[in-house]
Amino acid sequence: MTRLPSEDPAKLRERYPEVFNRPASARLATPLVAALALAIFIFGLVDLDFSLSRLIAGFSQLGWISLMMLPPDPGSSLPAYLAALGETLSIALLGTTLAALAALPVSLLAARNVVPSAILRFPVRRFFDSIRGVDTLIWALVWINVVGLGPFAGVLAIAVADFGAFGKLFSEAIEAADRREVEGIRASGGSKLHEIRFGLMPQVLPVIAGQVLYFIESNTRSATIIGIVGAGGIGLQLAEQIRVLEWQKVSFLILMILVAVAAIDWISNRLRFAIIGRRAIA
Amino acid sequence: MTSAVSILPEQQLASLNAAYGAAVRRKRLRGLLSVALFAAALMLAAIGSEVNLRTLFNHFGNFVSYFDRILTLDDQTRVWTNVGEWFWGWDKWLKLLAETILISYVGTLIGAVLAFALNFLAAENTSPAPWLRFVVRRLLEFARTVPGIVFALIFVIAFGLGPMAGVLAIAIHSTGALGKLFSEIVENADMKPVEGVRSTGASWLSSMRFAVLPQVTAGYASYALLRFEINVREASVMGFVGAGGIGQELVVAIRKFYYSDVSAILVTIIITVFLIDIGTGWLRAKLFGKETQS
Repeated sequence: MTRLPSEDPAKLRERYPEVFNRPASARLATPLVAALALAIFIFGLVDLDFSLSRLIAGFSQLGWISLMMLPPDPGSSLPAYLAALGETLSIALLGTTLAALAALPVSLLAARNVVPSAILRFPVRRFFDSIRGVDTLIWALVWINVVGLGPFAGVLAIAVADFGAFGKLFSEAIEAADRREVEGIRASGGSKLHEIRFGLMPQVLPVIAGQVLYFIESNTRSATIIGIVGAGGIGLQLAEQIRVLEWQKVSFLILMILVAVAAIDWISNRLRFAIIGRRAIA
Repeated sequence: MTSAVSILPEQQLASLNAAYGAAVRRKRLRGLLSVALFAAALMLAAIGSEVNLRTLFNHFGNFVSYFDRILTLDDQTRVWTNVGEWFWGWDKWLKLLAETILISYVGTLIGAVLAFALNFLAAENTSPAPWLRFVVRRLLEFARTVPGIVFALIFVIAFGLGPMAGVLAIAIHSTGALGKLFSEIVENADMKPVEGVRSTGASWLSSMRFAVLPQVTAGYASYALLRFEINVREASVMGFVGAGGIGQELVVAIRKFYYSDVSAILVTIIITVFLIDIGTGWLRAKLFGKETQS
C-alpha cells in the first residue's frame, strides 16, 4: 500500500499554517470560556446555598410527594375545577384578543415602512420593550390593586403583557411586507390610510392571525399561573391545594392543565393551517 | 385606440357576473360566520372571566394614578427629583438582582446539560430505540408544559424556602424547552457524517460525539443563551412563591403599598433585562460570527 504524500506531518503543517499555527488566543478561548462558565456555576451553587444533604433530603421528600400524588383524584371538587379551567381558557382568549386589538394600530407606529422617522419610532419601540420587560405575574399584581382580586385582573394582566410582545412582532411583520403593493395603491391615487388598509393589511393579517393563535396557546400556560397571585383561574386552585398538601388533587389539576394545553395546541394548529391554506389559495 | 378588452355577449356576461357575485357572497358569508363565531366565543369568555366593564371604567383612573403613585416619594415629590431617596435600598436590591441572575444562570446551565444528555435520545434520526424516544419525549413535554412557577411551589415544600427551589424549577422547565429545541436541531443535521463514522465501526456514543455534535453546537449555544434571557424574567418572579431572587422584595412592596419602592425595583428589573438582552445578543453575534469565519 502506498502512503499518500500529504500524510507527511511537516508538509501538512507547511501547507495549512492557519490550521496548525493558530494564535494562542484562539486556541485558549474555548477552554477559558468553559472554565469561566464552570467557575461561575460553582460560585452560584455555593452562593445559592446548595448542599448535598439538602439535595438528598429534598429529593427523598420529592419522592414521597410523587408517591402521594398517585392516583390523581379530584375528590368532590371536580365541578369547581372544571369551572376554574373554563375561567383560565376565557382569560387566555380574552386577554390575547384585547392585546392584539390594542397592539395593531400602535404597532403601525413602530414599523419602519409606515413611520419613516426614527425619532417617532424610537419611543414607541422602547415603550413596547419596557412593557415586555415586566413579567405577566407582576402585571397581575398591579391589576389586582386596581380592579380587585379575580379573573378580570388576569385578563387585563395578559392583555397588557402581550401588548408589548404583539407590538414588537406585528411591527416586524409589517416591516417584512412587500412594498410594491403599497406603491401600487399610491400610484392609483390612494391616501395613506388606503395604503395601509388595501396595501399592507391583506399581506400582514394572515401572519398576525398565526401569531395571535400561537399566543392564545402559550397564554393558556400563562393563565394557569396568574391564579397563584390571586388573579383567577385554575392556578388559584392549584396553589391552594399545594399549600394544604392535598397531593392527589394537585396531580389531578396538573393533569387537567396538561390535557387542556394539548387540546388548545391541537385546535390552534388546525386553525393556523386553515388560515395559511386559505392564504395560499387566495 | 381600440380597447383590448373583448366585450362579451350579454348572456355570457350575466352568467359570469352571477358566478362572481356568488363567489364573493360565499366568501363574505364565511368571513362573517367566522367573525360571529369568534365574537360568540369572546362573549362566553367574557362571562366566564367575570368581565365587568363598569369596574374597569370606575377603576381605570386607579390604574393611571397607580403609576402616578409609584412615581411619587413619601414627601409628595416626584421620584426623579431625589434619586438617592428613590433607590434607598439599592445595595440590597442589587444583591438580590445578582442572586436572580445567578439563579437563572445556574438553572439554565443545569437545564442545558440535562437537555443535552436527553436530546439525542429524543431526536428521530439518532434515537437508539423507538420506545426510548417516546418515553423521553413525553418526559420533556411534561417538563415544558407545567409552568416553572408550579414546580417552584412544589419544590419550596420539598427543598425548603430559598433560591435552591427556584434554581431546580428553572432547570426542569429549561430541560423541557431546550430538549425539544435541541432535538429539532439534531433532526435537521446532516446524517452523512454519521454514516461515515458508523462505517469505521464506532459505537453510538462516539458517532454522536464526532458526527452530530460538531454540526449542532452553535445552534445549542444560541438556544441556551435565548433561554437564559427568558429565565432571567422568570427568575424575577420566583420570589413570589418564596423561591429566591428579587421577586420576594417586589411582592412585599406591591402588597404593602410601598409605592416608590415598586417603581424602583421595576426599573432595576427592566434595566437588567435590557442589559441581559443586549449582552446575549452581542454574545450570539460573536459566536455565530466565529462560526461563519472558520
